[in-house]
Amino acid sequence: MIMRVLCVLVLWCRLLPAVAGLEVFDFSGNVDEDRYKALISELRCLVCQNQSLADSDAELAHDLRLEVYEHMQQGKSDAEVIDFLVARYGDFVLYNPPLKPSTYLIWIGPFFLLALGLFLLIKNVRQRGRQLDTSFSREEQQRIDALLGEAGDKGRDQ
Amino acid sequence: MPKFVRYLLPLAIFLAMAALLFRGLNIDPHRVPSPLIGKAAPAFTLAKLKDPAGTLSDAKFKGQVSLFNVWATWCVACRAEHPVLMQLAQSGAVPIYGLNYKDKRPEALRWLQQFGDPYHANAFDADGRVGIDWGVYGTPETFVIDKQGVIRHKVIGPLTQDILQNEILPLVERLRAEKG
Repeated sequence: MIMRVLCVLVLWCRLLPAVAGLEVFDFSGNVDEDRYKALISELRCLVCQNQSLADSDAELAHDLRLEVYEHMQQGKSDAEVIDFLVARYGDFVLYNPPLKPSTYLIWIGPFFLLALGLFLLIKNVRQRGRQLDTSFSREEQQRIDALLGEAGDKGRDQ
Repeated sequence: MPKFVRYLLPLAIFLAMAALLFRGLNIDPHRVPSPLIGKAAPAFTLAKLKDPAGTLSDAKFKGQVSLFNVWATWCVACRAEHPVLMQLAQSGAVPIYGLNYKDKRPEALRWLQQFGDPYHANAFDADGRVGIDWGVYGTPETFVIDKQGVIRHKVIGPLTQDILQNEILPLVERLRAEKG
């Protein structure tokens, strides 16, 4: 029984991308197909949360695609359509979240980490450089000089 | 930097990461906070489920604290939630209004006949347009609406006795005590 359910689920999941977005809209009117497609692919489906409205086959995604199409038919701009959805579902529907206090972390976080990484890298490299300069004691330095001197003498002999 | 700090730093980072990820384990990403909290209930006028000639509108929410429950017969979790709603209705603690979402009328009526009807009235939202205005994305959903008709709380997923006793009913009491 469980195997059968699993099989059906797997098959169903395989089919999903193929059947998503089956509605047939008329793009001969004032709705630009490219604009419509661009818009639904940057809006997130709330049911299957890692899919855009363009990819999702959830009931709600069908309804929301229709909603987007109809708004565009009424001559609404992309911003107006997005505002309509955000007012109902929140910023969550946006794959491209706006810059505001609650999203500072996502926008600035990566740059902060990059800066932190660079800072640590530079600090580390500098420290290593300094360690190289000062890592010989006086005796060691004398031995080095002596050895280098010998090598130098031999070099001159040949 | 003292030496012990250098040794403790990785441990501190590890603990911070562990705390963050542990918290993440307990967050359900399917519970998206609603932007409608604190806003007036979206306007609607729909035919009633039981009496198609009559209408139910958002005006009904003014003047009383009420619950608005979004449900459908195709929604499995709604079936699990139903006994909780029945008990709540029997206790008379707070009136429940329903939004029968993207359903078929005969099936919805059969459901209420078979399992009982906890609702004061149901609005019949066949195409789900009102559902979209209310930001519905996963039935069942339950809104708590105050006397001014403002949405104060939303529960996504089936109500349980636990949610009812610890979340909904205390809130209803508080909202009743508010002036309005």
